[in-house]
Amino acid sequence: MSVEILARLQFAFTIAFHYIYPPLSIGLGVLLVIIEGLWLRTRNPLYHQMARFWTKVFALTFAIGVATGLVMEFEFGTNWATYSRYVGDVFGSALAAEGIFAFFLESGFLAILLFGWDKVGPKMHFFATCMVAFGAHFSAIWIVVANSWMQTPAGYHIVGEGLRARAEITDFWAMVFNPSSVDRLTHTVIGAWQAGAWLMVSVGAYYLLRRRHRAFALQSVKIGLTVAAVAAGLSLVTGHTSAQGVAVNQPAKLAAMEGHWVTGPQAPLHLFGWVDVASETTYGPALPGLLSWLAHGDTARPVIGLRDIPPDERPPVQFTFQTFHVMVAVGFALIALAAWGLGAWARGRLEIPGCCSGVSRFPCWVRRSPTRRAGGPPRSAGSPGSSTSCCAPRMRFRRSSRPARSPSPWRCSPSCTYCSSRCSSFC
Amino acid sequence: MSFGNLDLNTVWFGLVGILFTGYVILDGFDLGVGALHLFVARSDEDRRLFLNAIGPVWDGNEVWLVTGGGALFAAFPMVYATVFSGFYLAFMGLLCALIFRAVAIEFRSKHPSPRWRRFWDWSFALGSVGSSLLIGIAMGNIAWGIPLDAEGEYAGGFLQLLHPYALLMGVTTVALFAMHGAIYLVLKTEGAIQARIRQWINPLIIAFILCYVIVTLATLLYIPHITEAFRREPWFFSIVIPVVLLIANIPREVNRGREFLAFLSSCGAMAGLMALFGVGMYPNLVFSQPLPEHSLTAFNAASSTKTLGVMLTIALIGVPVVLAYSASIYYIFRGKVKLDRMSY
Ligand code: HDD
Ligand code: HEM
Ligand code: HEM
Repeated sequence: MSVEILARLQFAFTIAFHYIYPPLSIGLGVLLVIIEGLWLRTRNPLYHQMARFWTKVFALTFAIGVATGLVMEFEFGTNWATYSRYVGDVFGSALAAEGIFAFFLESGFLAILLFGWDKVGPKMHFFATCMVAFGAHFSAIWIVVANSWMQTPAGYHIVGEGLRARAEITDFWAMVFNPSSVDRLTHTVIGAWQAGAWLMVSVGAYYLLRRRHRAFALQSVKIGLTVAAVAAGLSLVTGHTSAQGVAVNQPAKLAAMEGHWVTGPQAPLHLFGWVDVASETTYGPALPGLLSWLAHGDTARPVIGLRDIPPDERPPVQFTFQTFHVMVAVGFALIALAAWGLGAWARGRLEIPGCCSGVSRFPCWVRRSPTRRAGGPPRSAGSPGSSTSCCAPRMRFRRSSRPARSPSPWRCSPSCTYCSSRCSSFC
Repeated sequence: MSFGNLDLNTVWFGLVGILFTGYVILDGFDLGVGALHLFVARSDEDRRLFLNAIGPVWDGNEVWLVTGGGALFAAFPMVYATVFSGFYLAFMGLLCALIFRAVAIEFRSKHPSPRWRRFWDWSFALGSVGSSLLIGIAMGNIAWGIPLDAEGEYAGGFLQLLHPYALLMGVTTVALFAMHGAIYLVLKTEGAIQARIRQWINPLIIAFILCYVIVTLATLLYIPHITEAFRREPWFFSIVIPVVLLIANIPREVNRGREFLAFLSSCGAMAGLMALFGVGMYPNLVFSQPLPEHSLTAFNAASSTKTLGVMLTIALIGVPVVLAYSASIYYIFRGKVKLDRMSY
């Protein structure tokens, strides 16, 4: 393997980690602000418990974000030294601004968020939470600006020749607000909100299924779901504006994303498909005119096809097409999931209402495993549930007191046994 | 904003120096705590105390490195590119050490199993010592000089970086950070564990002073371009006097029980050492040896004046704010550490 491929692989590996954890902390930051705000307003101790629990999760995602981020920053120099020499003038200032405005803010106030519960008052703590959330968003802003500048450069000129050539800033604000930064930034940040919100929903749902920490779990699902639903909708909106931006600024990219070969009006949108690069065609179900409409708001407007782009300037089509379609599919799947969740909430069916119904019907095995794994109370003792139905484990569960688990954020009180179907004051 | 005739290159030489000085002073003590973690703290509770002593601040301290790196990238991209790619393996080692360390701090106390904790204790300690050593080795090489070609690319290999002077500088850094960390810990702890740390302070100071004397002699004997700078500008020696006084002041204050002053002396001494390093190097950022004409300086390796000006504006807005809230965070977390529900 060539050095270049190895360097790319290493960078891909680290950015893959970095692109999971910091977005989670961006999203969780927003949710922490909401939860702590609710606590300040209502003084309901449940919100306080939630804030503490999610702060710990935040700290973990944050630490991994920092560890991988440090690697990324060094990698610009270690892996892409020549490129760094070339763009340092432009790119470096965004990165340094990120350090001064974002990272200090975030890591400084994180100290209060994590360790300051008993050292500062609730209002000050809330302020620190807001600052951490701001910091997380700022971190995304500058680096996404830098990425956008690489895709649609502006506000610079090239000086020097050959290996000595360098890009130099001519207009700082034109560099920052280059044609694609706003679209890309909003779409990325809203995607991060979704990531954090779905994490919260997932953890809450997991506890609901296992019938642990019910009040906490239910409230986490509700808050998470609300944010996730809003963000899922906004992802669609910002994704659409991004696509319109790509159509104008990077037509080759749009053509590759859609496997669109022939320039012309009524350009079709593929739901899914397979690109045959050799014969320059794309197979799959397509909706005629929709790509023209999405890109330009008018089915009659032409969309540039790949055949009009010189072969050496074409992006890798198959890969771009497939990954783009996976992204859109995931986006719509998440919108559907959010809608379904909101529906279940409206019908009061987020919790497991009764035995073997609603949400709980499908994953019977999930419900059975906790008793097994906990090894807990002697199972059959006095239990009438020697039946093999999937309800049996839960019935046994109900009669025994629950074993305390150390890693849980707090202990359930002794009265915390499983009660009737709609009990929501579990802990 | 326009800065008239201000020599922005020199200003940025100084600012990058200040950022890295902030880094060694601040991260220095939490790396030092890591170096003492296995020997001085023996029980689980002691180790948790150590981690919680640096808990609220270590992450903010590391940001000084991130921002220093960013500032170097922005102000002197040639230096950033040359140093980071030239010291590739050393930096990968440093990153590995810093990652294990960061994760160890977060993960160690999340699970009670002794094996789990022992593993992360070792990661924390080795990560801390490893990072200190590599930072020292990097400084040693910058001072000694590295072979650069006409394009400013590093023209040597990894093993070439491990010459005796650089290794000596590495060991000195470990000793300095361990001393600095021990003073910080005395400040943050009480009772039996504090008494135990106190016993370590004098040996650590002696170890550091021994290393420091040898490094200084080696510098005077073998690094002509730095001695030359001092011969040209004899007033540089006036920095040496306060450094020596501050170091001598550390054991005095510790014995009197005024740990805070001891800690400030140690910070001041480190700032003085960095200042000496800076004036000795100026205007070189990376000294090229054997061909000094290829050296990267604050003038031939800098970004455009426009960028330096933009960056200075950013720094003038950002840095005071950062200093203000960093100071208030240190103030909020002053006093002895106590273990509570939210502790590591
Ligand atoms: C957290 C990671 C992640 C997730 C969940 C998604 N993407 Fe993505 N996407 C990226 C991470 C990413 C990226 C790593 O940021 C890319 C790769 C190259 C780039 O510039 O950004 C990217 C590029 C990228 C591009 C090409 C733009 C470009 O090269 O600048 C498009 C059109 C999309 N994405 C669209 C989507 C859609 C519609 C998604 C969901 C429905 C989606 N992505 C989910
Ligand atoms: C090559 C690209 C990138 C580099 C070099 C980079 C660099 C860094 C660095 C050095 C840190 C650690 C800061 C600290 O010590 O506190 C960090 C953290 C962070 N980065 Fe990045 N980053 C990159 C891409 C991104 C992207 C694309 C996003 C968001 C979409 C992002 C969001 C964040 C956030 C939110 C943090 C704070 C830590 C956390 O919340 O986990 N970064 N980054
Ligand atoms: C129906 C939903 C969505 C649509 C139509 C959509 C559309 C788009 C489009 C057209 C782009 C290209 C922008 C560009 O090249 O600059 C894009 C980029 C992106 N999308 Fe989406 N998107 C959707 C949902 C999502 C979701 C759910 C996520 C993440 C959770 C997401 C994350 C991203 C990311 C990270 C990028 C890359 C940003 C960049 O270029 O740097 N999108 N999206």
